Amino acid sequence: MTATNPGTELQALVSRAEDLAHDVTLRAVREWKAAEPSRKAIGYMPVYVPREIIHAAGMLPVGVFGAGESVEIVKGDAFFQSYICHIPRSVLDLALRGALDCLDGMLFPSTCDVIRNLSGMWQMLFPQKYVHYIDLPQDPSPGLGGAFFAREMRQIADDLGRMGGTPVTDGRLRASIAAYNENRRLVEELYQLRRSQFWLAPASEVYVLLRAGNVLPVEEHTKLLAEYLTLARQSGRHPVDMARVAIRGCFCEQPPVDLIRTLERAGCTIVDDDWLIHSRWPRGSVDAQGDPFEALSSAFLYRSPSCPSLYRAHERKGASLVADAREARAEGVIFASASFCDPALLDQPMTMAAVKQAEIPCTAFLYAENTGQFQPIREQAGTFADAIKLS
Amino acid sequence: MSSIATLKDPSQERQKQMIAGHFTRLAKAKESGRKVVSTFVPGNLTELLLSFDLLPILPEINALQSGMRQRSAEFIQKAEKIGHSEDVCAYVKCDLGMLESGNVGPTGEVLPRPDLLLLSYTGCFTFLKWFELLKESTDAPVAMLQVPYQGGGRATPEMRDYVVRQLREVIIPALERVSGKKYDEDRLKELLARSAKAEDDLVWVLESAKHRPSPIDAYFGAVYYVGPIFSAFRGTEDALHYYRELREEVEDRIRRKEGPITPDGPMGEQRFRLVVEGPPNWTSFREMWKMFHSEGAVVVASTYTKVGGVYDDGFRHDPNRPLESLAEYCLGCYTNRNLPTRASMIARYVQDYHADGFLVHSVKSCDSFSAGQLLILRDVEAKTGKPGGFFESDLVDPRYFSAANIKNRVESYLQMIEQRRSKVVAS
Ligand code: SF4
Ligand code: SF4
Repeated sequence: MTATNPGTELQALVSRAEDLAHDVTLRAVREWKAAEPSRKAIGYMPVYVPREIIHAAGMLPVGVFGAGESVEIVKGDAFFQSYICHIPRSVLDLALRGALDCLDGMLFPSTCDVIRNLSGMWQMLFPQKYVHYIDLPQDPSPGLGGAFFAREMRQIADDLGRMGGTPVTDGRLRASIAAYNENRRLVEELYQLRRSQFWLAPASEVYVLLRAGNVLPVEEHTKLLAEYLTLARQSGRHPVDMARVAIRGCFCEQPPVDLIRTLERAGCTIVDDDWLIHSRWPRGSVDAQGDPFEALSSAFLYRSPSCPSLYRAHERKGASLVADAREARAEGVIFASASFCDPALLDQPMTMAAVKQAEIPCTAFLYAENTGQFQPIREQAGTFADAIKLS
Repeated sequence: MSSIATLKDPSQERQKQMIAGHFTRLAKAKESGRKVVSTFVPGNLTELLLSFDLLPILPEINALQSGMRQRSAEFIQKAEKIGHSEDVCAYVKCDLGMLESGNVGPTGEVLPRPDLLLLSYTGCFTFLKWFELLKESTDAPVAMLQVPYQGGGRATPEMRDYVVRQLREVIIPALERVSGKKYDEDRLKELLARSAKAEDDLVWVLESAKHRPSPIDAYFGAVYYVGPIFSAFRGTEDALHYYRELREEVEDRIRRKEGPITPDGPMGEQRFRLVVEGPPNWTSFREMWKMFHSEGAVVVASTYTKVGGVYDDGFRHDPNRPLESLAEYCLGCYTNRNLPTRASMIARYVQDYHADGFLVHSVKSCDSFSAGQLLILRDVEAKTGKPGGFFESDLVDPRYFSAANIKNRVESYLQMIEQRRSKVVAS
């Protein structure tokens, strides 16, 4: 229903992206490292880390966003109580079975208490690996929060340099910022295309394309995006009648790809989302001319997307969601949160109130990255799509 | 046999009056023209607030009091009815439900709306969301204090300086605005000097559990002992007297070789010495304590009594470095320390307090405490060679408290210790 005769080249590209998106055991990273034995890779967890620093140290930033539905958890469950979300257990499971051995270090951003504590667990379980917990700034002023974050990034740059990476000079970091700016520009273009002609770039394809970026060098990922954009525009796919929806709550533990497909099959096309939000973080370009640490820091302070992990003093809760939904011409909002995700679920009543006040229809459900049963969600989404179309 | 009322220590009576007095001051805040600042327990800035004559109000304390008064179930239900998920921290829901129900505090008086939300989210990200929610419903301004987490296992000078600069440039100006008063460092120093004295006495009391029999229960009993120091009273004359009196009572008990006084009377023979990690359950607090003391199990050290601040390594508030020492206090509180540090602290307690074992009480509400506790359990077992036990419930959501289950767990755990002992004796 979403695609009509997409063309073999496009199909091959999407299928490659899909393989990479499901590459939770990091085959692609091993291959990248094998090509040059001195290469190093650094993993990072959601939501946001400044990948430019890792890149500038000549290392590969690798997004570790959970095992999804593809891996059966054997050891990870023994480390977490039943009321803790799924992503830490699958990530730990992968690590304990050796699938993340190719990572020379891990960065844990200050997303929530679970990821914060996981950083300590990593130190205890993998003492030979580099582990750094990144405290993202909550103070909004450049002299305080901004300076604190710039120092934090300099610390990581020094650590990576010492680990045998290339020293992170200002020049190298500016070049990395430029590489990521180009990547973010194409991601934005992809989102624009989906907004204007969603049938050319369905959400399930957009998702796997972005997720492929977790294991690819940024230059390669940028190339993949560019190729997709060209092929999608030439695909001759026809418009279809679907309800346009924005989805929120997926910023950390990722929804299974099949869940996204289920929503599409149920008649909802996703024209705005917050999954893999790090690939659009910060919004727009980072200054690639001045002091690069300060440029990254100021981009974080002033152009971070709205995310439940971040406190934004001057933002009315839900205002940016309503604005995003309007810009994407979304006819409804789906709140899809990972079960037991405190940041998403505590945020939801506030943002949902704003959405309702703006008279945008909405619905909500919970998922886990390994959810396998989609029938109830399909029914709920189908009813939601029908209601939107009939209104 | 004497009634429980007659067995109450005078310090307990004093604390009760202090708390009642504080809630009355809060209830009368509007008419007396005093401004109210809502803030959280871990790494709180009580002395700074008091130096501006501001009244602190601590929503976690309100939530736990609601739990103890059996009101939390109804408040949580109310919050869930207005759209809050069953999956999230019940403290938040309990507070929001109380607000929805008229905001009547534990003494039956209506609590005022805060004039400022002082958001120092030390050790817990849920605090951020909690005050966002309160901001939506009260429209009170927020002053944010970011206290960096000790991810690398120590508080660095840069972290301290970041906190001090925020205190100077963000928090103090916000407090000046809300109170209409200028920052008075001499006043702050006086309060901090009193804090340090009271802290000395508190530490002495907590460390008294090294005696045999232990004159205190360092978990169920000690949650009362840390009440004044972790809440609205640190730095006051009241707190100074409270801790002096408490210390004298404990000294007395040591002289008489007596154990703690439980809600069911003086504790009998102490057969098991335990260390406990994690917060208590408040809705069935007495019932849970009884499961321990009736079996002769006394807690000799706990991590929950370090949740507001850790004094173990010699930290005291220092009037000579007022803002620096406030910053160090915030940075050092228990849940702001990384997991390896937490595990090492527990292992040290097991050794220093000659414990027979340690128990992890895992509460559903609290990711900050709970995520990683199962690894802590393994690690402490490996470090000390002592058996660890694990049981689950919640802070204030009675749906997650299963008395039979917990009793069973505790009893089997104690039996296991007993069996190990007899094996050692036999060999
Ligand atoms: S899903 Fe939510 S609770 Fe779980 S790690 Fe991510 S942000 Fe934290
Ligand atoms: S998550 Fe834990 S520390 Fe945070 S508010 Fe809830 S009970 Fe308190």
